[in-house]
Amino acid sequence: MTTTAEPGAATAQAGPDRHTPEALQAEFDAAVAADTRIEPRDWMPDAYRSTLVRQMAQHAHSEIIGMQPEANWITRAPSLRRKAILMAKVQDEAGHGLYLYSATETLGVSRDELLDKLHAGRQRYSSIFNYPTLAWADVGAIGWLVDGAAITNQVPLCRCSYGPYARAMVRICKEESFHQRQGYELLLALSRGTDAQHAMAQDAVNRWWWPSLMMFGPPDDESAHSAQSMAWKIKRHSNDELRQRFVDICVPQAEILGLTLPDPDLRWNEERGHYDYGAIDWSEFQEVLRGNGPCNEQRLERRRAAHDNGSWVRDAAAAHAAKHRKAQA
Amino acid sequence: MTATEQSRAAAAPASPGAAAAEKAAPTLEGPALAAARALGDDALVLAQRLGEWAGNAPVLEEDVALTNIALDLLGQARTLLSLTGDEDDLAFLREEHEFHNAQLVEQPNGDFAVTIARQLYFSVYQELLYTALAEHGGDLAPLAAKAVKEVAYHRDHAEQWTLRLGDGTEESHRRMQQALDALWRYTGELFQPLEGLGVDLPALRERWLEQVTAVVEKATLAIPQGADHTPWAAGAGRQGVHTESFGRLLAEMQYLHRAHPGASW
Repeated sequence: MTTTAEPGAATAQAGPDRHTPEALQAEFDAAVAADTRIEPRDWMPDAYRSTLVRQMAQHAHSEIIGMQPEANWITRAPSLRRKAILMAKVQDEAGHGLYLYSATETLGVSRDELLDKLHAGRQRYSSIFNYPTLAWADVGAIGWLVDGAAITNQVPLCRCSYGPYARAMVRICKEESFHQRQGYELLLALSRGTDAQHAMAQDAVNRWWWPSLMMFGPPDDESAHSAQSMAWKIKRHSNDELRQRFVDICVPQAEILGLTLPDPDLRWNEERGHYDYGAIDWSEFQEVLRGNGPCNEQRLERRRAAHDNGSWVRDAAAAHAAKHRKAQA
Repeated sequence: MTATEQSRAAAAPASPGAAAAEKAAPTLEGPALAAARALGDDALVLAQRLGEWAGNAPVLEEDVALTNIALDLLGQARTLLSLTGDEDDLAFLREEHEFHNAQLVEQPNGDFAVTIARQLYFSVYQELLYTALAEHGGDLAPLAAKAVKEVAYHRDHAEQWTLRLGDGTEESHRRMQQALDALWRYTGELFQPLEGLGVDLPALRERWLEQVTAVVEKATLAIPQGADHTPWAAGAGRQGVHTESFGRLLAEMQYLHRAHPGASW
């Protein structure tokens, strides 16, 4: 889409009618229909902008809250190689947070504003991070299942209609696929290791499987934002469609891992060409969303503490920069 | 640097899977082995401390930076320890007195100023040391030549933050000065002679002091006036004597590995 944000310039090129609300809307709709990227300076409907801010902020917050459950194991990783991989992964997540906050800033909101909303509990992060990492194998289960689910969700976002988000996602998806592989490989080593290691891996998969399926969001007929987001091409596939894709990928992988997915109803359906899976306990999802998950308070508290403990550092950096600017002027 | 040295340095850290399958034999011996291991311990212990910051940094950019520095140090540790034996046996199965890191690197993170002061003292030292090792041309030269580039970035990071904190607000100035003062007593040990290294460590102290002084003064701070070692413990870390918090650092780092003897990860 090529509309510029300066009314004067555009009017001179395109005539007076081009800036009526109807004309702008029509141009936006045409761009979305033609799969042209919407860029920050293009006109966009307010609801499109606010949907993107909500979704991108939630995504950015998820990256930085998501550092906590995994960083929980950095100091205890059982080999130096695993420690290095885990550190690299947690560092990537901080980096993803940075790209996503920057991409969100192109919509006219600052990172500080978004962080304030997160800290005040007014913006969400992915509920999956409200579950605890109780054992080393959880690092593997998060990589395989949680990052696997995230990739299934995120690959279509590389074709999202909003340019900065789509471009950030291309880079993020490349790194996420490394995260997913390291998780799988970690679990494989445990599954083929000692009995105690195998049991640790199975226990982690038992605890992470259902929450991972919930990461795709509520069933399509109950999903509040889905229809409009699909029309805007922010979202490309329905929640249930992506969930099914994820299940179909995981079942054969679990077989190779030698681990059992904790669902007695999981079986191949010849007719559908997909695996059937058991009913998801959506009451658990709703409880965690309402703030009653195992770690909701702890995660937010830790985030606020890091932010509050760092306020004197940020003040110092700002004061130093201001002095330096003054000295240069 | 000979081709053998090159290939040895390249092979040491880069064969991750192999460590579990078969134990690596040391390629160094005697005092050279002990010296390499002491430097490996420095890097490993500081990486462990910096890893504690992940997710807790004052600003997201520092989550990235501190974890990145920790990763560089961990890479150096793996190369150095692999020259002296099996990296995981050395990291996870030795007791406190068998570690020969300087006491500076094991000091707890404290607030951000303490971490930055520790980074400033250590990164300036490490840059001088690795530069000298690279020039010396011994077994550690390939590692040193590669690592000195990483360490130059660590030093720059520490300098920038020392300037911001020292010449920032009243509070940050006070905290940074306190941090410099508190860690000063651990700096003397860095320049104790280390047999087998082939580098004159005491001779590096003057340049270290010049560089640190320049940054500290530019940051409107003062070089601490107290002794640069504790009364009975100068050089103790290098001899296997550590401070109280070190035992807890090892307990946390080693427990899982020790809980599953002989397991592969």
